[in-house]
Amino acid sequence: MTPTLQLFLVVSAALFCIGLLAALSRRHAIFILIGIEMMLAAANLNFVAFWRFSPQPQPPIGVMVAIFSIAIAAAEAAVGLALVIAIYRHYRTTNVDQLDQLQG
Amino acid sequence: MSWIVTSLWLIPAVPLAASLIILSLASSRRSAAVALAIIGQIAALALSISAFLPTLQAPGYRSVHNFTWFTFGEQALRIGWVLDPLAAAMLVMIALVGLCIFVFSVGYMADDKNFTRFFAYLSFFSGAMLGVVIANSLLLLFVFWELVGLASYLLIGFWIHKPSAAAAAKKAFITTRIGDLGFFVGILWLYGGSGTLLFYDGGNGCLEPAGLLALGASGTFVALLIFCGAVGKSGQFPLHVWLPDAMEGPTPVSALIHAATMVAAGVFLVARVYPLFSFGAIDGVTPSLIVVVSIGAITALMASLIALGQFDIKRILAYSTVSQLGLMMVSLGVGGVAAGMMHLIAHGFFKALLFLGAGSVIHGCHQEQDIRKMGGLRSLMPISFLTYAIGMMTLSGVPFFFSGGWTKEEILHATAHWHVSHIPHYLMLAGVVLTALYMTRQMIYIFFGNRRAASEHAHESPPAMTMPLIVLAICSIAFSVVLTPAWPWLHGYLTGEPAHFDIALLVQPMLFVSLALVAAGIGLGFVMYGKAGQENRHRTAETDPLEHAQPALFHFLENKMWLDEIYDRTVVAWSRMAARISDWMDRHFWDGLVRGFAGLGQLFGIFSANFDERGINVGVDETMTGARGLGRVMSAWHSGQIQTYLGMIAVGMLALLILYAWLA
Repeated sequence: MTPTLQLFLVVSAALFCIGLLAALSRRHAIFILIGIEMMLAAANLNFVAFWRFSPQPQPPIGVMVAIFSIAIAAAEAAVGLALVIAIYRHYRTTNVDQLDQLQG
Repeated sequence: MSWIVTSLWLIPAVPLAASLIILSLASSRRSAAVALAIIGQIAALALSISAFLPTLQAPGYRSVHNFTWFTFGEQALRIGWVLDPLAAAMLVMIALVGLCIFVFSVGYMADDKNFTRFFAYLSFFSGAMLGVVIANSLLLLFVFWELVGLASYLLIGFWIHKPSAAAAAKKAFITTRIGDLGFFVGILWLYGGSGTLLFYDGGNGCLEPAGLLALGASGTFVALLIFCGAVGKSGQFPLHVWLPDAMEGPTPVSALIHAATMVAAGVFLVARVYPLFSFGAIDGVTPSLIVVVSIGAITALMASLIALGQFDIKRILAYSTVSQLGLMMVSLGVGGVAAGMMHLIAHGFFKALLFLGAGSVIHGCHQEQDIRKMGGLRSLMPISFLTYAIGMMTLSGVPFFFSGGWTKEEILHATAHWHVSHIPHYLMLAGVVLTALYMTRQMIYIFFGNRRAASEHAHESPPAMTMPLIVLAICSIAFSVVLTPAWPWLHGYLTGEPAHFDIALLVQPMLFVSLALVAAGIGLGFVMYGKAGQENRHRTAETDPLEHAQPALFHFLENKMWLDEIYDRTVVAWSRMAARISDWMDRHFWDGLVRGFAGLGQLFGIFSANFDERGINVGVDETMTGARGLGRVMSAWHSGQIQTYLGMIAVGMLALLILYAWLA
């Protein structure tokens, strides 16, 4: 069966939802970062899909955006990991449930 | 217009000013007070004489000086003073008699602690009385009238430690006030009817024809209302009850106020507003004049009867005054205005003489006033006896030498020619007999017979007291020169008619009638009372011969015909009841209303407080609790956990997506 745009979008949506679920329901901080990466990946997939199914030939705008997004995702993952390390050094835990100093 | 008319106000002003100055002095400055009072009075006398002189120029002289006191809106209230024979004669009499009494008081009140206050009040009275006489406006006259009443109150109640004096002063003031109420209503009515209160105003005054016409038929009622004031002030029946009680004051006060001057103010008032009384007279008679005659006649007779039953030396003279004033009212009522005024002036002199003589006797008998305890003072107090005898003869109306005789003649002459009835004439003839009778009785009790209790240590009074007596006695005799029918100078002066000297008129038939009556009265007195005086050897007199003969009648007269008791049971009792009712109303009814309103206010306060506490406070508390609850809820949302926040963001984004899809 030829893949249609809707299929890609559904997959992208599913991926986004799984990433969101991971970000919201895991206790470990690294796992939340993984979830965020998955959401970013879903968004990338969306970009490429829309580029692929737009009238060809076209400059590869969608692909470029996806590559930039991966680069930014990497930087952001680095920052997130640094944040997790800083938090671990202070609170001696990576369980986000225990990080509730801003509770009010 | 001579300077004196515009400066006529000085005559009352000088004694009033002297009075104010004396009041500001300390009570130890006795000689200063006496000097001020007497100088004030001499000044008033000098001014009165200089006011008297222009009135001799032309018959029917009348000079007025009116000015505007204040204006209200379009109307102006004008007052002023008038100088005519009536006023001038009264001025001279009041000033002269006042001066004699002032001098007498220096000796009489020498032992009194309140010496300076006495002279202040005397001066005040003198100024006020002089003001009554010169007033050209009924309002100004009323002002001074009330001041005279105030002076009388202050002087009757002079000895403030005596409750009887205070009660007498109160009685005098209230009784005259009742008369003044009628007087004031009359003034208001007169002002409303004629539009002016000035007597003489160049044709517009209320006593001049234009004003009287404007009043019309109500003139009778106005005259009667004004007469109410005269009835109160001059002690006519039924308001005579205060005069005998007024004898509680010092004797000079009795002489000045309640014999010579203040009580004369009522007669003067009637003479002053006589045109009002006689307006529209048919044959010289109007209804108001008939009322004047009736009341005067009743008073004259009643008072002379009561005098027969009194034992206090001053009370006899007080009732004599009431009787003589009644006689003057009768004279005015029958048309003998000049005759009445002449008798008034003469009465001023000889009644003051009699009262001062009584004062001298009281002083000599060491403050004893009961004639039953006196007797045989003829030899002990010769000057007092002689002057008192002259006074008594003048009062009884012995003609030829004594002024009182001639004036009484004139009055009897006037009553004899009254067209309405001869009853007043016969009543006045009876009055002549009675007057002679009670005066003879008094003389015999005091000066003749054996010495009784108080006359043991009696002595003649000092010259300060006997000099005024002599002066007044001479006046009483000398005055008769201008009163004789042979040369009726005073009559001509007062009425404006020329007076001719005609010796033939000296002897008239009426003269012999009255001479016979006076002789009868004196003779009857000697017969009735003489023996009792001669034979009595006890310390106090035995029962009065009249009491012996007619005990019931005497008892009736001694108790002043029970009038005081009747008034007490009726008028006083009613006013006391009215006072009680008012008090009850005030204490329970009005006070209850006020307390009711206060209760309403209290109720409102309670309601307000409860509303505040239960309503508002609870509401606020509940709201705050709710807010707190909400806050607790909302703060529970802030878990501090990032996953919670992330979840919120996801939900919000989802909502936005749905909204976007739904709107598109």
